[in-house]
Amino acid sequence: MKLDSGNTAWMLAATALVLLMTPGLAFFYGGMVRSKNVLAMLMQNFVCMGIVSVLWVIDLFSLAFGPDKLHGFIGDPATHVGLKTGTDLFVSGVPTAVIATFQITFAIITAALITGATADRLRFGPFVLFVSVWSIIVYAPIAHWVWGGGWLAQFGSIKDATTGAITKLGVEDFAGGTVVHINAGIAGLALTLVLGKRIGWPKERMRPHNVPYVMLGAGLLWFGWLGFNAGSELAADSTAGIALVNSVVATAAAMLTWLIVEKIRDGHSTSLGAASGLVAGLVAITPASGYVTPMGAIWIGAAAGVVCALAVAIKFKFGFDDSLDVVAVHLIGGILGALSIGFFGQDAVNGLGRDGLFYGGGLGQLGRQFVGVGAVLAYSFVLTFIIAKLIDLAWGLRVSRDVELEGLDINLHAESAYDTGGSSSHATSTSTETAVSGEKVNA
Amino acid sequence: MKLITAVVKPFKLDDVKTALETFGVTGMTVSEASGYGRQRGHTEVYRGAEYEVDLVPKVRIEVLVDDDDVDDVVDVIVKSAQTGKIGDGKVWSVPVENVVRVRTGERGTSAL
Repeated sequence: MKLDSGNTAWMLAATALVLLMTPGLAFFYGGMVRSKNVLAMLMQNFVCMGIVSVLWVIDLFSLAFGPDKLHGFIGDPATHVGLKTGTDLFVSGVPTAVIATFQITFAIITAALITGATADRLRFGPFVLFVSVWSIIVYAPIAHWVWGGGWLAQFGSIKDATTGAITKLGVEDFAGGTVVHINAGIAGLALTLVLGKRIGWPKERMRPHNVPYVMLGAGLLWFGWLGFNAGSELAADSTAGIALVNSVVATAAAMLTWLIVEKIRDGHSTSLGAASGLVAGLVAITPASGYVTPMGAIWIGAAAGVVCALAVAIKFKFGFDDSLDVVAVHLIGGILGALSIGFFGQDAVNGLGRDGLFYGGGLGQLGRQFVGVGAVLAYSFVLTFIIAKLIDLAWGLRVSRDVELEGLDINLHAESAYDTGGSSSHATSTSTETAVSGEKVNA
Repeated sequence: MKLITAVVKPFKLDDVKTALETFGVTGMTVSEASGYGRQRGHTEVYRGAEYEVDLVPKVRIEVLVDDDDVDDVVDVIVKSAQTGKIGDGKVWSVPVENVVRVRTGERGTSAL
């Protein structure tokens, strides 16, 4: 393999695009919470960029992308410890350092996505511990199963008994429907079940404090998502181009259908609906983006806009406080997208995919997609629940009642987002140690 | 002396201010306020969930005037703030014991 400067240049750019998605997500979520908790929301997302990046370089990349260990469950942890020099080539003439960094950004945003389910009540320190453990025990193995050549990537492959030739089949997930969205969505559900509902929910309505932030965040997400999907080809080629156009049209279609649902159901098409619809479309097209035609992408996006808009009602029906609808958008949208490959997938699109049900491929790929969805749902839910429960018992994941009512920002971070009315303040000490009042620290 | 307080629709602030200046009022205090009267609040919808918003944004205008001017100034505010629709607000006046101009220490009507 020789270094390919075209592919490498695209992967460098795509990495920067995907990295920006997490600040975008922070604002998408931050606008939806109340003003007393916006900094806590932003911090939960930004700290994922801190903790996951460091862990990834130390060894998570090996666990996710190293050669198979334990029958395809995990990658060999000895492969890329500390990325070694990072100058060797990984795939398509792109250096390992570039691919590993590209993958950091996926691991970051998957952890960050979870925080939408648990807004307004999560303690900061225990959350940092949760993200660390979760990235090692839940994210890295699932990434290996699907992208690292693990058991889901090989699932259903047929070995010819006489010739020994292997017909490679497997669960298809182009950019992260199972690894990122279903994984984060079901983990969010598990974490919110451990934490419990916010005080006053659902009777007390908790109105988004800044809808323009939500729109800004959604715009940044869409921008970065072009790198997420088109970059997942790991090369600058025509499949990346297909993923690019699909990430635009599916998203557009989903925004439109979400707005139509709102107009019919509620009487108005809302800004929050436009932002939510476009994210639902991006989620749904993510796994399928390299496997379907642009027209297929429009159908998938249109379906996601309707299904996810209606899925918001699930949390009220079952009474779990998924605060910012991670289940409705990421879990349901991710499942829809992952299964859609079994219907809309076409081998002709990139030569590696399988024809789906609508293109004469029968039920084979749909069946394999069900296995992928089911495996990620079960593994992520159970492990996330156990990790969260243990941390909760040992350290306490949820803030106290007083802190929750007064707001997380001043209590967890000794800051407030908005200086309303230019209220006076003066230095109480030049030492950072005593600048925080003691009683507020105990959150 | 009297303190006149008017709570009116935010978009009528400029009309009221201009009318008061034309009348000859030399100063006022304006603050953002929220509240409701007989019109109650309104409904907002976020991801399909309806939120009753009880408190509606208003501006509160406060003007200190001489006793003789009270009725005229109240009329000026009412005329300039009126849209005829529900939610136009309220104007009231209360007696003021004393007023002091901070810069000079003047008291009473000469401080107005």
